[in-house]
Amino acid sequence: MKVRNIEELKAVKEKYYPLIKQRLGYRNGLGLTQIMICSGTACSSSESQIIRQELEQELDKHGLKEHVRVFKTGCFGFCQHGPIIMVHPGEIFYCLVKPEDVKELVQTHLVKGQLVERLLFRDENTGIRTPSIDDIHFFKAQKRIVLRNCGEINPEEIEEYIARDGYFTLADIILRKQPGEVIDIIKKSGLRGRGGAGFSTGRKWEMTAAQDVTPKYVVCNADEGDPGAFMDRSILEGDPHSVLEAMAIAAYCIGANQGYIYVRAEYPVAVDRLEIAIEQAREIGLLGKGLFGSDFDFDIGLRYGAGAFVCGEETALLQSVMGQRGEPRPRPPYPAQEGLWGKPTLINNVETFANIPVILRAGWERYRGYGTAGSKGTKVFSLAGKIKNTGLIEVPMGTSLRTIVFDIGGGITGGRRYKAVQTGGPSGGCIPEKFLDLPIDYENLKEIGSIMGSGGMIVMSEDNCMVDLARFYLEFTQDESCGRCTPCRVGTKRMLEILKRITEGQGEMEDLEVLEELSFDVRDASLCGLGQTAPNPVLSTLRYFKDEYIAHVRDKTCPAGVCKALLDLRIDEEKCIACGLCAKACAVGAISGAPKQPYRIDPEKCVKCAACFAKCPKKAILKGAGREVIVDEKTGIFAGAGGPENRATL
Amino acid sequence: MEPEIVKRQETGEKDYVNREQDNVAIRIKKPAAVKEADNKRERRYKDLDHVIEQYSREPGQLIRILHKAQDIFGYLPEDVQAYIAEKTETPVSEVNGVVTFYSLFSTEPKGKCTLKVCMGTACYVKGAQEIMDAIKEHLKVDEGETTADKLFTVKSTRCVGACGLAPVLVANDDVYGEAGAKDVVKIIHEYRKGEKIESSEH
Amino acid sequence: MKKPEFSPAPVVRKTGQLYDNPEKVVQKIKLTIDGREVEADKGMNILEAAHAAGIEIPSLCYLRHINEIGSCRVCLVEVEIGGIRTLQASCAYPATEGLVIHTASPRVRRVRKTMVELLLSDHHRECTTCIRNLNCELQNIADNLGIRNIKYTGEMKELPIQNKNSFIVRDYNKCIKCRRCEAICSKVQEVNVYSAINRGYDTVIAPAFMQDLSRVACITCGQCVIACPTASLTEKECVDSVWEALEDPDKYVVVQTAPSIQVTLGEVFGYPVGTVVTGKLVAALRRLGFDKVFSTDFTADLTIMEEAHELLERLEKHDRLPLLSSCSPGWVKFAEHFYPEFLESLSTCKSPHEMFGALTKTYFAEKEGLEPEKIVVVAIMPCTAKKFEASRPEMGTGSMKDVDWVLTTRELARMIRQAGLNFHDLPDEDYDTPMGISSGAGAIFGSTGGVIEAAVRTAYYLSSGQELDVLDYEELRGFSGLKEAWVELKGRPIKVAIAHGTGNARILMDRLKAGEQFDYVEIMACPGGCVGGGGQPVFGTREHKEISLDYRHNRADALDRIDYSKKLRRAHENPAVKKIYEDFLGRPLGDMSKKLLHTYYTPRGVLPGFNFGELKGSHDGHNKENKPPYRQPEFIG
Repeated sequence: MKVRNIEELKAVKEKYYPLIKQRLGYRNGLGLTQIMICSGTACSSSESQIIRQELEQELDKHGLKEHVRVFKTGCFGFCQHGPIIMVHPGEIFYCLVKPEDVKELVQTHLVKGQLVERLLFRDENTGIRTPSIDDIHFFKAQKRIVLRNCGEINPEEIEEYIARDGYFTLADIILRKQPGEVIDIIKKSGLRGRGGAGFSTGRKWEMTAAQDVTPKYVVCNADEGDPGAFMDRSILEGDPHSVLEAMAIAAYCIGANQGYIYVRAEYPVAVDRLEIAIEQAREIGLLGKGLFGSDFDFDIGLRYGAGAFVCGEETALLQSVMGQRGEPRPRPPYPAQEGLWGKPTLINNVETFANIPVILRAGWERYRGYGTAGSKGTKVFSLAGKIKNTGLIEVPMGTSLRTIVFDIGGGITGGRRYKAVQTGGPSGGCIPEKFLDLPIDYENLKEIGSIMGSGGMIVMSEDNCMVDLARFYLEFTQDESCGRCTPCRVGTKRMLEILKRITEGQGEMEDLEVLEELSFDVRDASLCGLGQTAPNPVLSTLRYFKDEYIAHVRDKTCPAGVCKALLDLRIDEEKCIACGLCAKACAVGAISGAPKQPYRIDPEKCVKCAACFAKCPKKAILKGAGREVIVDEKTGIFAGAGGPENRATL
Repeated sequence: MEPEIVKRQETGEKDYVNREQDNVAIRIKKPAAVKEADNKRERRYKDLDHVIEQYSREPGQLIRILHKAQDIFGYLPEDVQAYIAEKTETPVSEVNGVVTFYSLFSTEPKGKCTLKVCMGTACYVKGAQEIMDAIKEHLKVDEGETTADKLFTVKSTRCVGACGLAPVLVANDDVYGEAGAKDVVKIIHEYRKGEKIESSEH
Repeated sequence: MKKPEFSPAPVVRKTGQLYDNPEKVVQKIKLTIDGREVEADKGMNILEAAHAAGIEIPSLCYLRHINEIGSCRVCLVEVEIGGIRTLQASCAYPATEGLVIHTASPRVRRVRKTMVELLLSDHHRECTTCIRNLNCELQNIADNLGIRNIKYTGEMKELPIQNKNSFIVRDYNKCIKCRRCEAICSKVQEVNVYSAINRGYDTVIAPAFMQDLSRVACITCGQCVIACPTASLTEKECVDSVWEALEDPDKYVVVQTAPSIQVTLGEVFGYPVGTVVTGKLVAALRRLGFDKVFSTDFTADLTIMEEAHELLERLEKHDRLPLLSSCSPGWVKFAEHFYPEFLESLSTCKSPHEMFGALTKTYFAEKEGLEPEKIVVVAIMPCTAKKFEASRPEMGTGSMKDVDWVLTTRELARMIRQAGLNFHDLPDEDYDTPMGISSGAGAIFGSTGGVIEAAVRTAYYLSSGQELDVLDYEELRGFSGLKEAWVELKGRPIKVAIAHGTGNARILMDRLKAGEQFDYVEIMACPGGCVGGGGQPVFGTREHKEISLDYRHNRADALDRIDYSKKLRRAHENPAVKKIYEDFLGRPLGDMSKKLLHTYYTPRGVLPGFNFGELKGSHDGHNKENKPPYRQPEFIG
């Protein structure tokens, strides 16, 4: 079957639309029950594939195969509660399903027609179980534009994407619109690059379109390297065609005929889905020669990364697409002028592309309705760390951190206190409590020393040591530095050495000054975004959590009890029940005590392994600072060097 | 090969020795096991030829070829790198530069099971280091090393994107979410058992 | 311009890469540097524009047209973009109309200092005992910036020094990752020995698998050595061994100097580039204690005799054409690695200094009644490749090598300093006879085009019995990367080509491979020929004299001046050459000549040390067509 014109596209849509309509909540008398199983990486690793097989078998046993169909679908974003299964009609949302639950699920829900209560989502605060996805607060508080198809369609069937109006935008543009018009719409929508610095997408398209050189290329940056960020992966796994369609639209607008998707090899599921999607699109003629009967040709090739974070930087990415070491080069010339093989190249990241079909279908006016003055539309964030509802969410730009962390995210785990959120991964900074109500957008984040980045949010509680966190990120960037320019190659190494000294209790007060100075210089002098932003985690923690640094350096303690060398293990005499487990656990015999007497730890003998801490049934062992730390407020000011064009799409 | 200066111990006088002799192949009748190893090697190179054939027509596919070569050989020894360089007419320095740039390429052979502890931020703040420590303790190897029985290679890895399940341990392609130090021992044991079955079949 | 009378007049096409086109019309732009409005050429980068305005911006990784990667970050300047001052690498940022630049603001100076401090924090700072002490770019910049202490300290690399070869030493611990070696080797020479290996702090710039240079397809030209700003790449020094020989009363030490040494040694002692210091050079060598001071120009004349005969013989028989010159050992090794199918066409002449060595230990020894074993031949060469050449087992008889020690121009300068000679005050002295007598033809061997020009002068005479009226083939001189011309020999036009720099050689060889016909081809491994050799002086300054083609041009002009000034300008007129044929060699290409003056070549392959032969036979899908095995000349024992 080939799709050569809009009519044929419509025919595909009509054939598959009933399935979709039911999933959207319409009771259309389809006489069919659809079971959607999340097949994202997180749910797959919790055995969603085994569940699917068992489900098929069980349906077969009950002779239900004709009336019940099972579909793979993309990530719902509620990863903490996976594997997730959704049943239509009814939008019944089952979570934490295990393979052994399948029998009951089929017996109770499909045969008897009753809900399996124990698998429904249970609100931790109210204790109430909610059957329908629409009533779960986690979803209600979101605005899903980019993730519109994740959980709704089977990503391995192009027809389902078409039934969701997919590829109609592309058809409309190729057949009825001029490139300039389209670029204008993108510009008016206010869409900014979702990968890092937030450069205007429309302007990027315009710059590339204006080049009088052929051939040109479109590249999709799917090298999502920020630890803790997985929005691009989820889009590729759940809705790959939206990216392909957008790339085709971009190619039409700038005058390219070849596209490349540069995807991390660490994402095998996403790679699979992309391969399937490209194959299917080629098969029905939505990629290849003469799309929709026009003379516009467009095809897409996949290029794999091989484990280098710096390849998220656009000039490094281009090197890697060409099979070279992913080393960035100075700009200008920009990729829009000289990119792949020296030709004009448009690079956008996955989430940016996923916005394009929506903007063009719904109109830029509606899109601009979401967001703040400078940042339009929605943003996908991945929530991770010490937060109850880890997972993927999409909210309008300008939503406050409080809403994200405490409302959608359900607050901090283990009843601990909020300490900070790290946004933007290794390129970003830590946001302390005082900014919880700040509307999140590009400008505000930059103002307070972080960046939007790709949208990873790592939530930290009082159990996290901010100095250790800075060291962790520095270790990451230092390890991922390409080694080309001096400040990043040697500078980050020296910064890391200072941080290690501090976390090991060897720091001096002068180290803090040297660290800060060096951070500024590395930020100002580095060649690419990786080096320019590498000091951000250090600078932002120095700015907001200087007291912790001073505690490490002057008082040789780690207030959060993370840095091993500085651990201060004590037994709370009130809580100790003298059970003696701690003394048994201690390998060096540092704990002594007698029956009915509180035990004691000999600090001279203690090697700070914290084995006792883990063993104590009464949580009577305390780690961390025994002393109060007094700090005078001394903050440095920094907001990132250069203009936005100087920042990479890290 | 290049002549090389060697200093003679007795006289301290410098002389030039042609190292070419080192490379002279000695033809002896090969035992069956060696022959089989040779065949295996030959088969692998044949597979590699197909890969190179398939991808070298497109520009800039060196990384893809290296991925596939690593799938075939398990790692990328110098011979394989040089072979790819010759076949693709790329300078061997460039191939070696690319191989050593990307962390997914390995120039050392790996164990049957690669245990990767995700060191992404989410996993790290949830205690990935403890898992790593437990593995190192249990297998008595350091990060990046392979156990003496060639069963396990221990690595830390970049974020695998399963942050919702943090901390995450990846054993070959299986992802273990919310892993604890206790689970580590269980997982290692499972793989050991599997290996035992496999080796008794031989 | 006067042309040789025989026509057709040489048709010259100049191609090649990395060389400026002098006829280019330049547009001027205006920009503001440090508050001053200045003019610059369109297309310049900020660093060049500032230089034109008299402002020197320090830099370490930049080599004009060769390495413009902006990686050392020492040349950072503030550029105003949209009213904001951003730091940009001036070597990679284009100078455009109206740009406002600050090259020495406090921020610039602070960051620059930090960059150099960071480099120094990972650099083995053994300045006082370092071979590049006082001519090191890093040292110079640290001094200029007034770095007095290094704030940042920490781990320093400790990698073994690679010196298991006879020509170049690599000390990774002094490498600052400027990548100039990599750039010159891959972009200019196109040999591609170096690449960055590993990443981040662990990055090293090294041959594949971090092997010693003797284990890879390195042509030993030493361009990387003169491109290196520090002592990370240096020649394998053998000054001490030469001192030892000089001090040994049992040894008779003969020295020979390559043509180009006469025009480059002076630079080290402060003479302007292109100064001819032949007389002082000879005087210095005598004072160092050499028993005889001879000139390689003599055997250059001899080479011409042999090579001209070889040319005529091959033209006659239409055999193994084109004749490829063989006097540049870098080029010879290049051919052995990359174009083994052309080794047959390579002239079998040894390079002049090897001929010299062979004759010293036979002809000269006999004449003077010396035991050959007691003679030590030292060659002063502009070249690291000659060090390798001297170590080839085929360059000698039995355990006796033709040439015992090769010193670069730099090493000789060090010896002169060590001996405390005041070079300026030395008198002008003459070479010893007979092996110091040479014609102008021998002198121009030292620059690109010289071999062909010298050979044509002689071949014309040999084939027609008449002398050329006009001796200066202007068309064959000059620094275009690749030159082609027609000259008349034996009543027919023959097509000659000249390439210098192996990058250009590659272009030419690929054309030969594609079937283009030439008769005589001269190739020199180094850009500019020997005047730009890897053993020539380095200065450690921002001007990069050692790399700049302009400087090499001046040196070449000086060689031409030597040629003009000589009474004898044709090799066959050299009385000492005539005499050696009469007394000892017999005739060109005679038995004695073939035994002492000619050699053979070894195909080495692009991947020495790897052998896929076994695999290839069975299943090579797209095997290159099998070339017939290389035939070794018969006269080799």
